[in-house]
Amino acid sequence: MNNYQPVIGLEIHVELSTVSKMFCSCPADWFGKEPNTLTCPVCLGLPGALPVANRQAIEWVVKLGLAMRCGINMVSKFDRKHYFYPDLPKGFQISQYDVPFCHGGSYDLLDNKLEKLKTINIKRIHMEEDTGKLIHKNGKSYVDFNRCGVPLVEIVTEPDFENSTQVKQFLEELHTLVLYLNISDANMEEGSMRLEPNISIRKVQGSTLHVPSKKNITLNAVHGMWSDLPNYKVEVKNINSFKFAVQAIDYEIERQIEILKRGDIPPQETRGFDPNIHRTVSQRTKEEAHDYRYFPEPDIPPITLENSYVEGVKADLPELPQQKLRRYIKTYKLRYQDATILISDSKLFNFFEQVSGHLITGHKTEELKDENMYSMVANLIINKKISIDQPIDSFVAEAVKKLKPVETDEEELVRAIDWVINENANAVLNYKQGNINSIMFLVGQVMQKMKGKADAQLVRSKLEEALS
Amino acid sequence: MNSNSLKVILEKLEKREITSVEITKQYLDEIKKKDSQINAFITVNDKALNEAKLADDKRQRGDKGVLLGVPIALKDVYSTRGLKTTAGSRVLENYIPPYDATAVKKLKQAGAVILGKTNLDAWAHGSSGENSDFGVTHNPYDLKSTPGGSSSGSAAAVASGMAPVAAGTDTGGSIRLPASFCNVVGLKPTYGRVSRYGIIAMGSSFDSIGHITQDVFSSALVLSVTGEIDPNDGTTGKVAVTQYHKLLGKPINGVKLGIIKEFMKEGLDSEIKKNFGKACKTLEDLGCEIVEISLPHVDYATSTYYILVPAEVSSNLGRMDGVRFGNSRDHFSAEAKRRVMIGTYTLSSGYYDAYYNKALKVRRLIINDFNNAFKSVDAIIAPTSPTPPFKLGEKLNEPLSMYLSDIYVCPMNLAGVPALSVPMEPAHNLPCGIQFVGRQFDENTIFNIAHAYEQARGDINLKLKI
Repeated sequence: MNNYQPVIGLEIHVELSTVSKMFCSCPADWFGKEPNTLTCPVCLGLPGALPVANRQAIEWVVKLGLAMRCGINMVSKFDRKHYFYPDLPKGFQISQYDVPFCHGGSYDLLDNKLEKLKTINIKRIHMEEDTGKLIHKNGKSYVDFNRCGVPLVEIVTEPDFENSTQVKQFLEELHTLVLYLNISDANMEEGSMRLEPNISIRKVQGSTLHVPSKKNITLNAVHGMWSDLPNYKVEVKNINSFKFAVQAIDYEIERQIEILKRGDIPPQETRGFDPNIHRTVSQRTKEEAHDYRYFPEPDIPPITLENSYVEGVKADLPELPQQKLRRYIKTYKLRYQDATILISDSKLFNFFEQVSGHLITGHKTEELKDENMYSMVANLIINKKISIDQPIDSFVAEAVKKLKPVETDEEELVRAIDWVINENANAVLNYKQGNINSIMFLVGQVMQKMKGKADAQLVRSKLEEALS
Repeated sequence: MNSNSLKVILEKLEKREITSVEITKQYLDEIKKKDSQINAFITVNDKALNEAKLADDKRQRGDKGVLLGVPIALKDVYSTRGLKTTAGSRVLENYIPPYDATAVKKLKQAGAVILGKTNLDAWAHGSSGENSDFGVTHNPYDLKSTPGGSSSGSAAAVASGMAPVAAGTDTGGSIRLPASFCNVVGLKPTYGRVSRYGIIAMGSSFDSIGHITQDVFSSALVLSVTGEIDPNDGTTGKVAVTQYHKLLGKPINGVKLGIIKEFMKEGLDSEIKKNFGKACKTLEDLGCEIVEISLPHVDYATSTYYILVPAEVSSNLGRMDGVRFGNSRDHFSAEAKRRVMIGTYTLSSGYYDAYYNKALKVRRLIINDFNNAFKSVDAIIAPTSPTPPFKLGEKLNEPLSMYLSDIYVCPMNLAGVPALSVPMEPAHNLPCGIQFVGRQFDENTIFNIAHAYEQARGDINLKLKI
């Protein structure tokens, strides 16, 4: 695909885990509840009922915006987005149209040396309400309104991704970020995080970009600005895992390039991902696109945020995943891979931080005397070599025992090596014939003979010496 | 004093000269006797006497609710728990709300007894009551004339003595016009003074929740009950509610009143103009200074109103989809369909800026007009309607001419200011009203001026035709 360049943007919906719903006081914790038990006149859209915005939810969307380096609109408002669907009881969804809470942010994707790989621009983050759920059973359709009005944030990126790998990294890190901010359980299976990639392809000729249209630079109706972006866009819905997002994007890239190669332009459309066949299928074309008839929600006055409020939210931000990653690599000298695993699981990194603290306060650091000490502790935690389901001090005791340099009785080691070489003629022969792996077997035998009281590194080098 | 004044009723109740059961029964009897000719009620509350009994028990126990035992009627857009609420439309002919509107809750807490639900133009769309799906309401002063709308049943019920108080809604004059046509007092409070929660919405940024009474005192008393800063309605204002009825009776000499220049031209019935002049004279005699003011953009009010309100209507009626409650959409009648179509059109992409957005800007100019006017006057006065009540059927097939009946009342809804219509001397032997318009949340001023006028004006010489 060398002269075709994918242009990928994302729309991500994240359900907030506030106690109550976005516009009423019903519990927001809808998942797995008896249908239609968490409802009231407001979220059922009964005649006369009025929405009142949830302050907590607004604070959380501001929090997310600040964490993604967005500008915050100090005066914001809600709008009504109209469409008809049985799971939308009011006939409109309360959303935000032209003045979202957050706009113009950015997020850096880093490589394993923490160098900036790519900056993803965040177009906007806005607040809206979730819809109900349709359940189709025995040829009948039912509506469960429990989810109606649950707060939802929508994060819209610019079309800055070039491949599914970048998308995957972004999604995984966003998932972690949301958990750090403690604003959502971000549970994919329960639909707390929903992904809608949009994909198009541009042709690259030499060093210049060629848009698959007659004019190179057009007033782009698809992206709403003058740009060199393709003048079509395919949106993919029904994706409920990162793996499926990757599959859907890869499939789309291939599909669209094929169409372009034929000299056609892929139609602007919405497609759905079918996880059974790992493919996307057409759902709706541009001609059927909705006119949502947005207008300002008259029942909710515009929301004014004070500077001090936003500053306060900013000051309360926790250490963010990338900051933690840097700190782990810089302060603890962890390997990138280990640090990445640790920081994406709060159970792991909380335990790691407690153990590290314990090592310092308990003066175990002098005992261990190893600059790779933290790295080794991280390894013990990640690879579950020692259970982390135990109190910190017993974990530390076990770890110190494991990591403490072993004092080796060298005379006994010489005797043990001699004995092992005599007893394992086959393995020795193998080694001498070039089967390097045999050395590990012999090391094991020596360690066993020494009843574990030997430094494995030393054993190995002495063995190699003896066999040379 | 009129026996339907709350002052009289509450005094009798307090002195135990009458019980709530007795007075409720009296009104129910009046309804039985008269409503076949008036058609003011869609539903009569068959539990009214039980509620009255409870109120009497409470009084016996020393409870002192402000409206304890007072029967009231509600326009049929007020959600009433367990009592059918139709909005005057066949779409909701079987809808029984599971909850009370905040205003209903407040009235019940104050001890009021619900007599029933009154007739209206379906969804409050109309100025004559003729758009009701449950038959037209007749004007008690001329059965062949309209009582005005959309709170037609509420005005007719109070006028004919079937209820002492009837709650209504005023989106573009729907309380004041019928009050004017039926010789009763109608209050459109400031937008956001009374909670809209539970009132079936028409134009959400316009709907004012008010009431119709026999006199200004009753009006002020009811507002001190229904007025609220409601956590369930984010658009209720942050201004505290006062005991409006206790602040009446202050002298009004030196008060400066403005007459709207733009209203005093062709289209205004000459007899109404003359009577309005007499009312001005009465006010001057009370010591008011009357000056001419200008609302330069007020001529655009009706056009602006008929862009913005249908837009909100088209959105608000979207939920009447027949999926969960009510009948299917083919039960909508012509006027609702007309407004849904206009609103859908003006909100469509490509037309939004030309219509909705432009109308919003004009609305801002009209608000500024009122703000400027209130820099030089304490209140504004105007005839409520340019004509006396018109005949039923007269404007039915001319929606535009029907829309123009609201020419003097709908500008106040665009501006969100309070306005109170009070009967003045009849024209052509039919009722007509003068309205007092105040600054936002300054109901006290207009109540006080209107109360002084009401006292000075004396009785109105008109006879009910039933």
